[in-house]
Amino acid sequence: MAEHTEESAAAQEGAAIQDPATAKNAQLLALLQRLFGADTFTDVEEPYGLLTVTTTRERIHEIIAGLQQDQELQLHFLTTMCGIHYPEQEGKELGMIYHLHSLVNNIRLRIKIFFPIADPVVPTLTDLYATANWMEREAYDFFGIIFTGHPNLIRILNVEDMDYHPMRREYALEDGTREDKTDLFFGR
Amino acid sequence: MAVNDTLEGTSKIIQEAREQQQNSGMVPTLNDFSQELTTLNLGPTHPATHGIFQNILQMDGERIISGVPTIGYIHRAFEKIAERRPFYQITPLTDRMNYCSSPINNMGWHMTVEKLLGVTVPKRAQYMRVIAMELARITDHLICNSILGVDTGAFTGFLYVFQEREKVYEIYEEICGARLTTNMGRVGGMERDFSDVAIQKLRDWLKTFPAVMKEFESMFNRNRIFMDRVVNVGPITAEKALNYGFTGPNLRAAGVDYDVRAMNPYSSYEDFEFEIPVGTKGDTYDRFMVRNEEIWQSLRIINQALENLPEGPYHADAPHYYLPPKQAVYKNMEALIYHFKIIMGEIEAPVGEVYHSVEGGNGELGFYLISDGGRTPYRLHFRRPCFIYYQAYPEMVVGSSLSDAIVTLSSMNVIAGELDA
Repeated sequence: MAEHTEESAAAQEGAAIQDPATAKNAQLLALLQRLFGADTFTDVEEPYGLLTVTTTRERIHEIIAGLQQDQELQLHFLTTMCGIHYPEQEGKELGMIYHLHSLVNNIRLRIKIFFPIADPVVPTLTDLYATANWMEREAYDFFGIIFTGHPNLIRILNVEDMDYHPMRREYALEDGTREDKTDLFFGR
Repeated sequence: MAVNDTLEGTSKIIQEAREQQQNSGMVPTLNDFSQELTTLNLGPTHPATHGIFQNILQMDGERIISGVPTIGYIHRAFEKIAERRPFYQITPLTDRMNYCSSPINNMGWHMTVEKLLGVTVPKRAQYMRVIAMELARITDHLICNSILGVDTGAFTGFLYVFQEREKVYEIYEEICGARLTTNMGRVGGMERDFSDVAIQKLRDWLKTFPAVMKEFESMFNRNRIFMDRVVNVGPITAEKALNYGFTGPNLRAAGVDYDVRAMNPYSSYEDFEFEIPVGTKGDTYDRFMVRNEEIWQSLRIINQALENLPEGPYHADAPHYYLPPKQAVYKNMEALIYHFKIIMGEIEAPVGEVYHSVEGGNGELGFYLISDGGRTPYRLHFRRPCFIYYQAYPEMVVGSSLSDAIVTLSSMNVIAGELDA
């Protein structure tokens, strides 16, 4: 048994040296830039092996539609999408993060877009992916992101008469006026 | 004379009232009935929905014209709560998502954090996790399939397999002390080794369960009454299923062989031999059969993992992240410090973002964790397979009868806890 463990450890090390993920990501990025232009994508990163690119909301619909139809990449599975809020990023407070997956080539891609909180309007993907419907309603519900062209943009998990978007950072989880839970060291 | 006058007057009043009603459309004519749709509330607390969710159906007689699902009845703001909790305190939240297969959620979360922290889990712990996860998959599928039987009127199968689920829960108890919301394992491995009793119970169960499963299958698989109720009910094509983001058994029933365990193996799944069953039509019968076959494949994996269970530690050597033994905390300075720091959530997490997905009981269960280096996640998003595929439900039931809608819902394995998060 011990021998077996050593072998697989050695195999893992070998894989790390070649690092096929990095090569794959470089290839994917080159393809993306060829398809949509070299300056379309900013902030290219590879956190934990997953290629992450940032683009603009003006181009997001076109890019995801293009990737869905591309015969080579076949990124035609929208794994998930979610909103995010960075209050300190001036003019780019809100964001949407899309995870795409090619079930044929087993490639994953993460695309981010950022936009100002004063104008949280993003094109919908419901015309491309039926699954985007509830995901976008969730992002609207929790972050107040408006998806233009969405057929039924109403709250999904929270009550309809809620008048704020609770996942935004300014809404504390606990009642801010409580003093019995204040802790000098751990900041509750 | 007076009597006759009164009678005449009364009949006149009645006649006028009748005319008035007909003109205002208050009295329906036969023509009106044929066009009238009935609004039917299926749920929120209907016994056949197996959870709190509502469908407002427009019915034309027995046929469903349209359906509008309303969800969120047990929304508990897990994503928001997770932003205020240290990593190890998020595990109990994952328990309460798909509560039919909690260990898979727990392990998926631990693996996500381990990926972020860069902790490598020893082989023994990985195999132990595989055993726990496959047990969870079996119980998840057992519940779904046996409840489908109940919804079609066959109660017996449910009772047979629930006894087996109970035995699996006893194995969970031996592994981690809990039954339903297991909170099993820890970041860095398992919290304790499998005890001799756990191994013994597991071996006993592996001996007895196949016979029960065979009996269950012989009761349903070629049963004419059952097949009449489920074949061609609630079908979905592979293209539609992919477009709707289906994963797990529901996608495989439609004919797409996507399984996270095979495509992106985690926790040493690459060491095991198993097959991915697929269906052809994506109807209720296919979903039922795919789940049954997956139970057999899970048994295969458990047997392989148990036979080849490597010797060695059951957790990573990562004192910064993995709690020291309690005895050491009382006697040893370092252990006390680590214990304190971990419990208070003061571990040093790197800045980064990580997406990790596991094959949950009903599909790809993903964790998207963004860490800003603080004691809690900056943002944690759960990719909940139920939430994503349940939106296809109206399309799958339109045109079918109410009883078909019930079995379709049942076979989709929608778990309210996961749906609403």
